[in-house]
Amino acid sequence: MQQPLIFDIKRYAINDGPGIRITIFFKGCPLSCTWCHNPESISAKPQKMYNKSKCIGCGECVKACPNQACTLSSDGIITDPKHCNLSGKCAEVCPTLATEISGYYQTIPELLKIIEKERPLFDQSGGGVTFSGGEPLLYPDYLSEILDLCDEGKIHRTIDTCGFVKTDILLGIAKQTDLFLYDLKLLDSDKHKAYTGVSNELILSNLVALAESGANIQVRIPLIKGVNSDLKNIAATASFITKLAGEKKSVNLLPYHAIATHKYQKLGANYLADNLQEPDDMNLRQAIDCFTAHNLLTIVGG
Amino acid sequence: MESSKNIKPLPERGSACEGNFYPETNSGSDPGMNLRIQQLRKLSVNAGHTLSIERALHETTFYKENYGKHSIPVLRALNFLDHCKKKTLYLGDDELIVGERGPQPKAVPTFPELTCHSIDDLHILNTRDQQRYTISQKDIDTYAKEVIPYWQGKTIRERIFSHVPQEWQAAYAAGLFTEFMEQRAPGHTALDGKIYRIGMLDFKKQIATEMTALDYLNDPEATDKAEELKAMDISCDAVIVFAERHAELADKLAGQENNPQRIADLKKIAETCRWVPANAPRTFHEAIQMYWFVHLGTITELNGWDAMNPGHFDQHLAPFYEAEIAAGTLTREEAKELLCCFWIKVNNHPAPPKVGITARESGTYNDFTNINIGGITSDGKNGVSEVSYIMLEVVEELHILQPGNSVHISSKTPDRFLHAACKVIRQGHGYPSLFNPDTYVVELMRQGKSLRDAREGGCSGCIEVGAFGKEAYILTGYLNVPKILEITLNNGIDPVSGKMVGIKTGNPLEFKNYEELYTAFNKQLNFIIDTKIRVSNYIDRMFAKYAPAPFLSVVIEDCISKGKDYYDGGPRYNTNYIQCTGLGTVTDSLSTLKKHVFEDQTFSMKQILDAVAKNFAGEEFLRQTIINKTPFFGNDDDNADDIALQIYQDLLTAIDGKPNIKGESFHLNMLSTTCHIYFGKVTGATPNGRFAGKSISDGTSPSHGADTHGPSAVIRSLTKLDHTMSGGTLLNQRFLPSLLKRDEDIAKLGQLVRSYFTLGGHHIQFNIVDTATLHAAQENPEDYKDLLVRMAGYSDYFNDMNADLQQEVIERTENEAF
Repeated sequence: MQQPLIFDIKRYAINDGPGIRITIFFKGCPLSCTWCHNPESISAKPQKMYNKSKCIGCGECVKACPNQACTLSSDGIITDPKHCNLSGKCAEVCPTLATEISGYYQTIPELLKIIEKERPLFDQSGGGVTFSGGEPLLYPDYLSEILDLCDEGKIHRTIDTCGFVKTDILLGIAKQTDLFLYDLKLLDSDKHKAYTGVSNELILSNLVALAESGANIQVRIPLIKGVNSDLKNIAATASFITKLAGEKKSVNLLPYHAIATHKYQKLGANYLADNLQEPDDMNLRQAIDCFTAHNLLTIVGG
Repeated sequence: MESSKNIKPLPERGSACEGNFYPETNSGSDPGMNLRIQQLRKLSVNAGHTLSIERALHETTFYKENYGKHSIPVLRALNFLDHCKKKTLYLGDDELIVGERGPQPKAVPTFPELTCHSIDDLHILNTRDQQRYTISQKDIDTYAKEVIPYWQGKTIRERIFSHVPQEWQAAYAAGLFTEFMEQRAPGHTALDGKIYRIGMLDFKKQIATEMTALDYLNDPEATDKAEELKAMDISCDAVIVFAERHAELADKLAGQENNPQRIADLKKIAETCRWVPANAPRTFHEAIQMYWFVHLGTITELNGWDAMNPGHFDQHLAPFYEAEIAAGTLTREEAKELLCCFWIKVNNHPAPPKVGITARESGTYNDFTNINIGGITSDGKNGVSEVSYIMLEVVEELHILQPGNSVHISSKTPDRFLHAACKVIRQGHGYPSLFNPDTYVVELMRQGKSLRDAREGGCSGCIEVGAFGKEAYILTGYLNVPKILEITLNNGIDPVSGKMVGIKTGNPLEFKNYEELYTAFNKQLNFIIDTKIRVSNYIDRMFAKYAPAPFLSVVIEDCISKGKDYYDGGPRYNTNYIQCTGLGTVTDSLSTLKKHVFEDQTFSMKQILDAVAKNFAGEEFLRQTIINKTPFFGNDDDNADDIALQIYQDLLTAIDGKPNIKGESFHLNMLSTTCHIYFGKVTGATPNGRFAGKSISDGTSPSHGADTHGPSAVIRSLTKLDHTMSGGTLLNQRFLPSLLKRDEDIAKLGQLVRSYFTLGGHHIQFNIVDTATLHAAQENPEDYKDLLVRMAGYSDYFNDMNADLQQEVIERTENEAF
């Protein structure tokens, strides 16, 4: 079984499905969206993250590194990727958590124990667990096992997916899932490829197949001005969703926030999305009107 | 309202509980439902805090002429009657509910029989920056001439300090605990529903019956009881006279008034004051005025610590409201207007000024009247009524300092009410706080209250609970638990003063394991608590003998039938509390030593103690490692939570069940009010990385910023403690407005509360973070590690963001545009 790395667990998650939830973030994603809020979620491998504003310049990591990969400069710690083998010694000694290794393994019983801690909130709110990422469906065996255990414990299961996975895997997992949050970014395949790194045919056909299988689906659309907020894309998206089989789908519009840039800095990566814009009120209004006109229940946020 | 032609109402709006809020700035005027309320509120908010020497002058003259002629209770009652006959009355324009303790709003009397302010004290009060009370030079001169010479050496405060043992003095001066009763009378009283069923004339009849039944042949206390009952009877007359004088004044003002509407108001006031408090109220208006006269009586008779509470005010008023609505004699708007008038009245009554350490630990004008809204009835049914919803609207619209308010959410409370309360919380004024009757009823029953009496209980003041109308629950003072660890780590010596304030429990550098350290801490804890209880009992007796409260005794159950004073075991239940403060700070400090010294040996005991001694100067690596790599309380981590549990258990063992002077016992609660700030100032740096002088943690809340796993982890940590063993715990939680943007989010806040209460939580309060807090978080990131910024698909800690993004979050918070 391929073990996923987990990069975050959020308790009191209120935007990732019904009720109060716990969201498990798996590391690794087949897409690499320009606007990604969680850039550490893209690589399936552990990554070193460094937050300069927290660093007190004590130099302990320089001493601790077995490969002499760290140097203390006037601009904080510089890590030489050629020498760094992600031993994690730097993070171990870092007193301020300025240096952290993103991604850790969690056994299924341990993860279940963490999820179980939230049970009083699930009971009160009708919440449950949400598997997100990254792309949780990259780890179907692990996912399948934990989904079954959650079901035994009567815990509501939501999967947040980008849809770019093998169809049989998706449909297999669908039998063990109570709700899908299915991301739909762009209907134009070329544009999709340009912004996310992959074309969208598989994503669209998977959505059709998933709907036909009777799965419960909410469609999530990150709304980004200059990328997908134009009426043409919105209308095409709305029309596509309307044609899906099964019960009427609801749509979550997630207005883009230019707020994740520092995570790129922490990874030492460049933020390529400087030209992206937050949707203005008119963009949002237009989108809501269009989806509503297609008889789709439209919610802004979660 | 048909009767308000001269009042310009605000644009029509639905009720707040339906979600129809409007921001204060948009109303174009001061907050308030109509012009009357706007003006009353404005007057109350803008009134300066002043000292009135009138009560002290009356009392001094009275004592000079009468001391020695009567028994103490009768002397006290006659003194009260004398003041009620003479005191300057106030009846302001627009008022519907009348009566002030001082000659005008926010004028506060002094109580020289308890604490006589010196000339220096008065000058300080007149000029200090915070909690100022102004007084004229002429009044200071009069005070110096008439009041101070008479009381010098005779006050309760002076007698206490001349008696208390050396070890108490040392511990008190070091800030190991405070003593509530050293300058105010024991207070914290809330009423049940009896004053809405019987008036003062009925109480007088009950007193007369008990007088007749006294058995002078067989009861050795019969004479004392007779004096106490006589005093109670006189004090009933005192409040009737006080009300009657208001009736006369209202009639007189009506004669001078031209506005027909105001004439009608004044006539109604006169009629009301002639009926209550002498008789049981008949209408909603009379019921509120009834309570208000009783409230004024108790806070004028003596300076009880933390005023006075109406208890379940909505439940008491609901029958009047429902009857009058059905009869068509009252509209919802009129009821709300009367409640607004009442609210403003309470706001007109700040706490009397304190001196010395007590002034330092209680830095607030708040006198902690707390209106309990919702909850359950004495027969266990849902207590929410339309009046409860109106009260929430009043709270939301007026947002004034006093009265405090709390909503009580049992498993029987409808979601609609919880939701309405959460919407008020969303406004970010820091209230209402939320209480769990399902837990506190068990707390009260464990202490021996009957089921019915426990259900009629609730919260008075902050988080402490009692059996309303039937209990004297004396809060004796706060305990600085982190400071106890501090002296343990210095073998009994207070490192701040260098003086021995505890006992010798060994050199910490020689402790071989964590257990030895903890045992030493627990020994100090028991020593300090015993030192405190000894003196609290002595003070308690002083009040019973020399400063009885006959009027308060009239309205508290069983005082009349026992013929005993409120302070002398008269009430049905008599409890003393010690309020333990700083559980988070002390848990985190012990956890630090346990992990880093004894388990991982990251640092030696000497390294940590040396760093603490120099307030971590030059020890940033050590301090940061501690802050970021130690299990802290509030993260659902048993490594820390088990320590908290053990401390809580040992506090219980040390306090719970220790006898008080009334044949009952001491209990603990986990209250801090504002004392954690004072305690922080007198406590040096602590091993958990806290700098010297900074606040210790409040109540049972995690240390500031130590809870980094979100609210669900906090409530799980907190509920590992058995709240039913205490008389109250306190949990403050910070929320960014982004967590409460949509209606659905507000519902989820309610579900979080339900979760906490299902797990057995006692109290929770939410502070909705405003931009000022975010700026503070930029300045002091460590104290705000818990601030989590969330939106769909993304979340991060505020502290982890760079300055630009923090600015962005601040702007979004300002615009509430998450």
